[in-house]
Amino acid sequence: MTAATDPRSPDLRTPDLRTRAEALGQTLPPLLAEAEMLASTVMMGEHGRRRAGLGDEFWQYRPAHAGDSARMIDWRRSARSDAHFVREREWQAAQSVTIWVDPAKSMAFSGDKSRAPKADRAKLLGLALAVLLLRGGERVGLAGLASPRSGRAQLLRLAARLSDRDGAEDYGAPETEGMVSHGRGVFLSDFLGDLKGIEAGLARAADRGVKGVLIQVLDPAEEEFPFDGRTIFESMGGTMRHETQRAGDLRIRYLGRLAERKDRLARLARAVGWHFSTHHTGAPAQSALLWAYAALEGGH
Amino acid sequence: MFTLGPLGFAVPWLLAALVALPILWLLLRAVPPAPIRRRFPGVALLLGLKDDEAETDKTPWWLLLLRTLAVGALILGFAGPVLNPDDRVAGTGPMLIAVDGGWADARDWPQRVEKIEALIGEAGARGRTVALIRLTDAPDRVEFQTAEAWAGRAAGLQPQAWAPGAFGDWAAALPEGRFDTVWLSDGLAHPGREDLLAALRSRGDVQVVENPRPILGLHPAGYAEGQVTVAASRVPAGAAVSVDVVAQGPDPAGIERDLGRVTLTFDAGAPKAEAAIDLPPELRNRITRFVLEGARTAGAVSLADDSLKRRKIALIRMGADQETLQLLSPLHYLRQALAPTADLIEGNLTDTLLASPDVVVLADVADVTEGERAALMDWLEKGGLLLRFAGPVLAASDVARVEEDPLLPVRLREGGRTVGGAMSWGEPKALAPFPEGSPFFGLTAPPDVVVREQVLAQPDPDLALRTIAALEDGTPLMTRKVVGAGQVVLVHVTANAEWSSLPLSGLFVQMLERLAVSTKPATPEATDLAGQVWVPEVVLDAYGQTSDAGDLPGVEGEALAKAVAEGPSAANPPGLYAGSERRVALNVIGAETVLEPAVWPAGVPVDSLDARAVRALKGEFLSFGLVLLILDVLAALWLAGRLRGLTRGVSAALVLALLAAVPRGAGAQEAAPDDAFALEATGSVVLAHVLTGDPAVDDMAQAGLLGLSDKLWQRTSVEPMMPMGVDIEKDELAFFPFLYWPVVAGAAKPSDAAYAKLNQYLRTGGMILFDTRDADLTGFGGGTTPEGAALQTIAEGLDIPPLEPMPADHVLTRTFYLLQDFPGRYQGGQVWVEASPDAEAEAADGMPFRNLNDGVTPVVIGGADWAAAWATDESGVPLVQVGRGFAGEQQREIAYRFGINLIMHVLTGNYKSDQVHVPALLERLGQ
Repeated sequence: MTAATDPRSPDLRTPDLRTRAEALGQTLPPLLAEAEMLASTVMMGEHGRRRAGLGDEFWQYRPAHAGDSARMIDWRRSARSDAHFVREREWQAAQSVTIWVDPAKSMAFSGDKSRAPKADRAKLLGLALAVLLLRGGERVGLAGLASPRSGRAQLLRLAARLSDRDGAEDYGAPETEGMVSHGRGVFLSDFLGDLKGIEAGLARAADRGVKGVLIQVLDPAEEEFPFDGRTIFESMGGTMRHETQRAGDLRIRYLGRLAERKDRLARLARAVGWHFSTHHTGAPAQSALLWAYAALEGGH
Repeated sequence: MFTLGPLGFAVPWLLAALVALPILWLLLRAVPPAPIRRRFPGVALLLGLKDDEAETDKTPWWLLLLRTLAVGALILGFAGPVLNPDDRVAGTGPMLIAVDGGWADARDWPQRVEKIEALIGEAGARGRTVALIRLTDAPDRVEFQTAEAWAGRAAGLQPQAWAPGAFGDWAAALPEGRFDTVWLSDGLAHPGREDLLAALRSRGDVQVVENPRPILGLHPAGYAEGQVTVAASRVPAGAAVSVDVVAQGPDPAGIERDLGRVTLTFDAGAPKAEAAIDLPPELRNRITRFVLEGARTAGAVSLADDSLKRRKIALIRMGADQETLQLLSPLHYLRQALAPTADLIEGNLTDTLLASPDVVVLADVADVTEGERAALMDWLEKGGLLLRFAGPVLAASDVARVEEDPLLPVRLREGGRTVGGAMSWGEPKALAPFPEGSPFFGLTAPPDVVVREQVLAQPDPDLALRTIAALEDGTPLMTRKVVGAGQVVLVHVTANAEWSSLPLSGLFVQMLERLAVSTKPATPEATDLAGQVWVPEVVLDAYGQTSDAGDLPGVEGEALAKAVAEGPSAANPPGLYAGSERRVALNVIGAETVLEPAVWPAGVPVDSLDARAVRALKGEFLSFGLVLLILDVLAALWLAGRLRGLTRGVSAALVLALLAAVPRGAGAQEAAPDDAFALEATGSVVLAHVLTGDPAVDDMAQAGLLGLSDKLWQRTSVEPMMPMGVDIEKDELAFFPFLYWPVVAGAAKPSDAAYAKLNQYLRTGGMILFDTRDADLTGFGGGTTPEGAALQTIAEGLDIPPLEPMPADHVLTRTFYLLQDFPGRYQGGQVWVEASPDAEAEAADGMPFRNLNDGVTPVVIGGADWAAAWATDESGVPLVQVGRGFAGEQQREIAYRFGINLIMHVLTGNYKSDQVHVPALLERLGQ
């Protein structure tokens, strides 16, 4: 068999890439299938923009105004009456939505063996949102990874890029690269890292007129702090550590700080016209998905 | 060995390590528990938080204490601690272990056996030879053997139900040469003990082991002022203590029960205590024994013989209103003789018979009215004893002159005779010695007992048979005949001293006793017992348990009298001995027995049996240390906060266990047990087996019926459900067409109610297959095997028709399969079925077999252990091997076929038998 007839793409020829691709091929369908299943639970009611504009679907006939070119008159309709009518189509302008899923190591945390890591839930939410939006005709991209496009092929691409990516740093800061001006943005992260990075990312996005949602994905263990005894806490990458003799005594203060962090994020989001919500991996993903979709739609 | 109070240490130098404990304390105190490392993204929020208290990085004091204790326990454990170390300097040379082995040893026999084994083990460890003797045995040669030869033999040793004796003979049987002795004494001073002790001390050191716990002995119950008195002795007489005496006996259904109970209170220092039990005569007469509750020795059991039974005696005299002198009254001497030992009723005949007396005495009553006669006859048939005395009235009447009167044993000659009077020839006649077979045989007639006047019996053919006492010239003095279950006795003289001096003599009282008219004194005299052979019926073992005497030979009355006076022995074990008319109890403790503590001369060391067992405590210390260490692990986990998951798992397991436990209890109460049993038994055909109480036999019977049920299901239209075990005392039998009854040796007799049920069952078409499981059915005839004997016992009360070995043409041989042989696990045994009504019946023409057993045989008896051949487990795999190889499997198959034939026979009745007539019927119909 010659190289010319090899159906495989050139990137996959090296063994390493190939094994990774196969591993991806194994994980991709479940993630995609799960995202599709999650998305299918959301009833798609409003495809169009409910106003006249550019599009394929018929919207209404209106009497011709002065200034309408003769080409615009629908003669078939006009022939049935004395007035001239123009056939208007529904405006189907597509939005560009850019999704950022935090790839940092902190997202790999899971407080219980029975729960998936936060990253899994974040990816699932991001991809399900993408499925919904793509089905609605929007263009969806990944910040820094894939520019917004529409169509089903984009979904596969998004899934592949999402599964592919794991960051090296402990805590992530939102990326805004590839965000389309006046588009929409979705940031999925635990937002436990340095607030400055988050603020900066949000500010960059706001500068471009992007509006959107912040979804904080947390593990229940992070909300409850069920620890006791002499403990050394380490960040997932091991760059930060804190030792305590009695972890149980810290709970109240930790919870206070966490509430403060959420409050801060909510205020930040409000200031730039974004929406903020917290989602726990212990809860079903569906409610978060619905909320995010509605927030994206309603913010229009 | 280094000792510390009761503790000794095998490796004392290891205790020095205890010094290191304080150092350990300091070391442990400095090292806090290790932290857990956790990955936690929220650490970013924790940065900068300070702990409230900083001092907890020291180990808490209680954890330190726990660890120190654990290490201390380990150190002590490895130092080899021993409780009550044995410091005695062990001897050398042969060792004799003498154990009394009497009834008093039974209370602590396991301890004694343990002690003996320990002594043998110790001797073995030192290379000493050992001899073990039980002083209740007949003296024998004492042989010293190695300890290995004795090991294990002590466990099989049992105490005897009598006290040790023959000390002198034992002393003579001792071997020459030096040896040391350990004497395990029961603590009682048996006569002659000093001789043996002296002999033993002359051979070497003697060490005595005793149990200081008191020994209790129960004296035979007596009778005083209408109440039963019981007395008990104890040794040693210590502090005040109370014990219960229980009177036991059968209830009306024949089941042993506690009939009465009284508390005996020993005052402090008192060796003897007495109490009285007030019981109604009906209960009192049923008492079979008294038991000191809580004491498991033969001495704490006192068998009751007839002496407690107080008979009701009706004294009847016609014309009782006559005012005669007291001494001339015909009843005076009877009253004197009987009043101390019996309940007397006086009045007219009709009234007294209503009180159902045991004995009716008619003193010089010639005839009774028709109504009274009928009532008397009824009462006699049921087992009454009618004792009649002659007298002038009887002599003058014409009763029983021509033909025999039912109420008199013999015909009487008119007038009677007078000897030795002023107007007659000859001397007053003395009594002839009592002949063998007479109830009075063995009594000696005093020569001064003479008869001057008497009524005479007509010489009839059976006069000699009916005479139980005669004068020296052969004239009958007392005659007796049997009427139904009762008897009539006529004394041919008056009951007062008018005609003879008999009522004045002691012989009169003895004769009344022998006739079971009056009750005997508590302790039988030698003369009472002499001349008869007494057969043991029930014997006591050393633990006070009664058992059937079996084939023990009878003993001469003289020997029994000696045993009663001196206590039982190997030849006369304690128990109940039956003579011709009465039963005598031979108890370990007699009425006069005094329990005395053994006193040992100075110089003989006396050890206590129960105290100071040498016990190595190494294991206990080490496991205690281990437990502490496990606690330490848990505590450390808890301190480090890692116990959370563990407790969750444990609580989940607890909840699971509770859930698993709850439904079981709830489900058991669904239906009333009786209904459940009936529903289960009647839902379908169910084969049943009788529960014997032996779990192995019951399980095998259940498995056997299960296997047979499976085969029936496979091969026939009979589809039995799960077989059931049936308790014949409690369960309803009518539900089952067929009962399999495996007979076990020593099986108890069913109660009367159970017999009634069984007989009803047999009469109404049930079938019982008795299986003695001994492969040898000489059982029903010869009774050689224990199972056979048990079967005989059981079958006594059953309404079983005459039996015969199964004839070759019995319908059982062809109800389903054609069979010639009926093997179970064993082959070739006889199978017995109901005998054909007409053994001579000839086979009719054209009939394959005689028309026998039109009905179903109610019992089938054999010994082939069929259940074992049938037995399968739940999955149908046979449980017991039958025979060898293929032949064995063939035998099992035939056994199944027998079982199927049997069930077919039960379920179809005579239908199969009738089937043989079909050809004849068809022929007659002209087909």
